Amino acid sequence: MTQPADIDAAMRPELNPMFLFRWEDTQDSYVLLYPEGVVKLNPTAGEILKRCTGEATLAEVIEELKGLFVGPPGTVEQGVRKFLEVSHAKGWIRYRA
Amino acid sequence: MPKDGSVIALDGQGRPLWLVLEVTYRCPLKCVWCNNPLDFDRYSELTTEEWKGVLRQARALGSLQLGFSGGEPMLRDDVEELVEYATSLGYYTNLITSGVGLTPVRLHTLKRVGLKQIQLSLQSADRALTNELVGAKAHDLKMETAYRIKALGFPMVLNVPVVRQNIDQVERILKTAEEIGVDYLEFANIQYYNWALLNREELLPSREQILHAEAAVNEARARLGNRMTIYFVIPDYYEGRPKACMNGWGTIHLTIAPDGAALPCQEVRVIQGLEFPTVREKPLAWIWNESPLFRKFRGDDWMKEPCRGCSEKAKDFGGCRCQAFLLTGDAANCDPACSRSPHHDVIRQAIAAACDKARIRHPLIPRRAGAVAAALQEE
Repeated sequence: MTQPADIDAAMRPELNPMFLFRWEDTQDSYVLLYPEGVVKLNPTAGEILKRCTGEATLAEVIEELKGLFVGPPGTVEQGVRKFLEVSHAKGWIRYRA
Repeated sequence: MPKDGSVIALDGQGRPLWLVLEVTYRCPLKCVWCNNPLDFDRYSELTTEEWKGVLRQARALGSLQLGFSGGEPMLRDDVEELVEYATSLGYYTNLITSGVGLTPVRLHTLKRVGLKQIQLSLQSADRALTNELVGAKAHDLKMETAYRIKALGFPMVLNVPVVRQNIDQVERILKTAEEIGVDYLEFANIQYYNWALLNREELLPSREQILHAEAAVNEARARLGNRMTIYFVIPDYYEGRPKACMNGWGTIHLTIAPDGAALPCQEVRVIQGLEFPTVREKPLAWIWNESPLFRKFRGDDWMKEPCRGCSEKAKDFGGCRCQAFLLTGDAANCDPACSRSPHHDVIRQAIAAACDKARIRHPLIPRRAGAVAAALQEE
């Protein structure tokens, strides 16, 4: 299993296929569905996970989100990395080389 | 940790996020803790088109998680069609099965039409005990099915109903689950309604057994990390606190029984004096939002003391209405599993009776028509 320490910006985050990620009108938000569970994602989390397709590299994901979120230099990248770290620990995402 | 989202609010103003379709009460097994009604022959099952109507209506109400349950759902030959339809509507589809009837061909079809997850029940790590507890030769079939499910890449929950007869096998069951490669292992201490209540004296484990099992689970959790998620909930009989049953009545759970009756939980037909509206007669939105049944114990206006003034009422909702009815005669009473209930003695007495080494042993009564009368005659 890939540990956070091994992750470099060229790796491609993707959703764990065990999880279903999609927009849900009745919740007005993105949701993550998995065996016996539902997570309602806040808008930031939704935008990040939407880009974890296994195609874009981590660097590309961060670059794109910098154009979407506003914040002092470095904070967007830091926030995205931190969120993905948590998502990885929860098993929501994994990385492709 | 940064905030990453939240579990959807379970505040009682909500939507029926969890929909369970009990597509049939029929089942080839005769489990000694079964919660099916005794007289399941008299319920006329909804047709495929009627089930599709339920799926559409519940999606409009906001249902997200969908369980196909029973009885044994695979006894219906339209499960594949219903899964395909449900998937197209956006549900996360779960199949809750004993494994009987889940043939390789049907399993492949279910994968193809978008089934997301399978929950398979297993009663023991050894053949003889599984077969005894379910009243059929099912163990080998269940094991084969478990491996087939994983071979097709389904996320899998292995559900183990926990009773006195199998609780000392927790280590072996953990090992079996590890070998199969299950993702979630759920040790489900059984709830004592229907057949389980009838057999309670022979099924209820002792406190020592539970503590031993819990220690084994904790050891496995430390060893396996996030390779396998293990659930083990102490039975409410020993907890002193009632379970937060269904996260509250009519807050997030909606069960549709084989005949279309809409229920706040799968057991609720044990409560006498309630009227159960069916989807054949009423729109689901009315049933969920307006019907007297779903409003009966929603919120906390219905509560009596000690629940009404209790600091934990928002946490456990007074426990289980079915258990309150079965053990105290009034569904609005505090669940007697709560140590603050004036009826808590019935729980203590049940534990004492089940753990009395000198008690008269009774054979386990399997679920089958006429079984209760036959058992009484034998005594």
